[in-house]
Amino acid sequence: MVDDVNPSSVDPEANAADSAGVVTERSAFQRVLTVTVGPIVAAFLLSAIILMLVGVNPLTYYGYILERSLFSGLGLEQTATRMAPLLFLVASLIIAFRAGIWNLGTDGQFLLGAVISAATAPLLVGVLPGWAVLVVGFALAALVGAVWSIIPALLKAYQGVNEIITTLMMSFLGVLLASTLVKLVFRDPTTTVPQTRTLPVADRLPRLFETSISSGLIWGLIAVVLVHLMMTRTSFGLRLRMVGANPAAATHAGLSVPLLTLATFGLSAGFAGLAGASEILGVAGNVRANWNPAYGLMVIPLVFLARFHGIGAIVLVFFYSALMIGSESAARRLGVPQDFTLVLVASLLICLGLGEYIDQHKRKKER
Amino acid sequence: MALATENPTNLSPETGTGVIGVHGVTKRFPGVIAVNNVSLAFHPGEVHVLLGENGAGKSTLVGILSGLQEPDEGYLTLNGEKTRLASPSASLDAGISTVFQHSMLVPTLTVLENLTLGAPWYERPPRARIAARMEELKREFALSLPLDAITGELSLGQQQQIEIARALLRDSKVLILDEATSMLTPQGAQELGQRMQQLVKSGLAVIFITHKLAEAYRYGNRISVLKQGALAGELGPEELKSMNEEQAVEEIVRLMFGREAGATSTEHRASSAREETVLKVENLSTQGDADVIGLQDISLSLRAGEILGVAGIDGNGQKQLAEALAGQRPLASGRVELDAEDITRASVAQRRLKGLRYLTDDRLEEGSVAAFPISENTVLKDIGQPPFWINGIERPSLIARHARDLITKFSVRTPGETTPIGRLSGGNIQKVLLGRELSGEARVVVFNKPTYGLDLQNIDTSRQRIADIAGRGMGVVLISTDLDELMALSDRIAVMEGGRIRGVVENDGTGEALRLRIGRMMAGEEENRQATE
Repeated sequence: MVDDVNPSSVDPEANAADSAGVVTERSAFQRVLTVTVGPIVAAFLLSAIILMLVGVNPLTYYGYILERSLFSGLGLEQTATRMAPLLFLVASLIIAFRAGIWNLGTDGQFLLGAVISAATAPLLVGVLPGWAVLVVGFALAALVGAVWSIIPALLKAYQGVNEIITTLMMSFLGVLLASTLVKLVFRDPTTTVPQTRTLPVADRLPRLFETSISSGLIWGLIAVVLVHLMMTRTSFGLRLRMVGANPAAATHAGLSVPLLTLATFGLSAGFAGLAGASEILGVAGNVRANWNPAYGLMVIPLVFLARFHGIGAIVLVFFYSALMIGSESAARRLGVPQDFTLVLVASLLICLGLGEYIDQHKRKKER
Repeated sequence: MALATENPTNLSPETGTGVIGVHGVTKRFPGVIAVNNVSLAFHPGEVHVLLGENGAGKSTLVGILSGLQEPDEGYLTLNGEKTRLASPSASLDAGISTVFQHSMLVPTLTVLENLTLGAPWYERPPRARIAARMEELKREFALSLPLDAITGELSLGQQQQIEIARALLRDSKVLILDEATSMLTPQGAQELGQRMQQLVKSGLAVIFITHKLAEAYRYGNRISVLKQGALAGELGPEELKSMNEEQAVEEIVRLMFGREAGATSTEHRASSAREETVLKVENLSTQGDADVIGLQDISLSLRAGEILGVAGIDGNGQKQLAEALAGQRPLASGRVELDAEDITRASVAQRRLKGLRYLTDDRLEEGSVAAFPISENTVLKDIGQPPFWINGIERPSLIARHARDLITKFSVRTPGETTPIGRLSGGNIQKVLLGRELSGEARVVVFNKPTYGLDLQNIDTSRQRIADIAGRGMGVVLISTDLDELMALSDRIAVMEGGRIRGVVENDGTGEALRLRIGRMMAGEEENRQATE
């Protein structure tokens, strides 16, 4: 990758290497075909074959998905509502991945954020004005999420310990701790099933207009766009990206790599905490013991496919939510097992991955 | 030393092409010719020393012989027949075993297990047979190894013995020892030297790679000197025998550091040094560790408009000195002054603002972020500073204009400022980085190997630029491993060896005499000359 573009290079060796490969640029259209449209079509065809094998008409199945998730009012509202926590997680991962930190512990951070907001918000109702209850809930969730990343952050920043391992381990601990807290500390004494106190519907995030869509969607969109702008347009973002792209160059340019690493962890885990709060304060109202939607790991492939680009990730999150909502209902109505959603999602991811691979391969050939 | 004279003459190493022949081999890597048309023959019964500085092409040659790399041009012969070593196993099958600089053993396995690694999976380790062979090896070569010890718990010298034993168990014909003494104590190195002589007496060919001059003479029967990828000269067994150590070292220094025939003769630059001192370093020391050499008690001063050359074989602390000056490396003790102002505690960014600039030798891994466009790379050291950022918000159009100006001013060959810098050639990346360091008010510029890996034309322009910078009244610290370059540009030359400054010489234009004086200091020989046993 050192000298592949520079046919006019004065370096004679580079020239020799260049002239070896005749550059034939594929059009942008062809690239889009290989990386996005093609794989999506392939994935639906693949799933269609599986559906036919189990004796279900794939067209009916796909028809139900579309009808339920996008063309029915309620379904569309559910799709939009589901997007909110996913968007906050996208924001969290964009910061981390662009800064070269593989924060795979978002599930633990998410759940602890959710639990702390569910534990405090109902108690504050009546004490503080409605908006302040929500602000405190979100702020505490962000704080707790960030605190849960301190150990991996310090280990990474000062000892170079691989954060993939540490964040994953902390995530398991976080999920269990969240469940324990619900059962032992924050349990609502008035219910038999272990769960936290419930935030009354009136005190949750306001709904949008006359619909059932939570305004968490708006905050999630704002979060992703802001994070995207921060990472691409500000000096702070460039510093983080530089540490991610080449820590040696960052040190050379006088940046404090350990401090910026800590900041990345704090921000990323904070947004994961916000994601938890948005689900609780916007939709669920409480946390039941053993509740773990595992959105964090779900979002990772989307962020990768969007190449850490905020807008791209928003689009993918939208389709992903629609797929989740729609296929749940389609599966129920056609008697296909619930888990077929996962088959569809998995073939989608595999095909998109293959598309990337083919694209890489073609580009290498062009050189 | 007595061993060097015990050359086994009955094996008549002078005849034929030897067990392995290297014929006109050339190997290129992006932007560098690592090995340039080298022909060598390795003979049984000889310790053949490949001597050269880092980057002289020794390791690439080892890579080619051990099947890790294949030559772009030229070919290898085995017992006179043309052969291809396409993989490490092909090389092993050809009877070539390599002991690499860094251990290739599994530290958690026992010695026996390590010795049997690579054997067919369906066979039980033939313990009795290995034990018997080891007994033989112990008698012949004084290799004594506890077969059941855990490898990681043994000393580095013993681990190396395991690798040699492994090669012997395979009945190798050629043993390559890559920088084998670098991790040994002097005592251990001497034992290795004796062992090599015992090995060649049994009919093996030993290829011994080193950059230490004295070792080459003491342990080798034949010395080939590599310089910038090409063969600079060879000393055969007869020649070596007829010299004493002093003469041999003299001759090797001449081969390694002497002016090669046909090199462009660069005129010695007229000095532009002024009175005022811009940079003063007193008793600077840094902490070293296993991988990084520590600096000891470095004192220097630099006047405005002066070029202070820093000579030395690569890896003797030059990079650490540059990093310490730039503020990238913490000091254990000492003091640094810029324009009579104490900057010992100043950060990298503060030093840059005050006018101390550092152009790193590692253009791609440290100097730039390969995936970022040229435009961003031109401002990486000014992130957050006006005018390119206002209140932390980036101004892409200003950065792009700045980058375009720099591209024009330094004639960078690129399709545009949005091209990722990693796609440029080494010379063009160098121009971008130079432009970045010279923007604003520079007072002192530290260049680390500024022309390393560039082609001739870019070397000339870079040298001209460095001379111009000094001419404009800035102080220049020029670190280079190229003596011609230092002698063409510097006012004075400091010679580093082992993390210390061995001496500072005026570049008085005495040419060859000065060159050899510096060469000896670089080899650490001036002080160690008397250490010969």
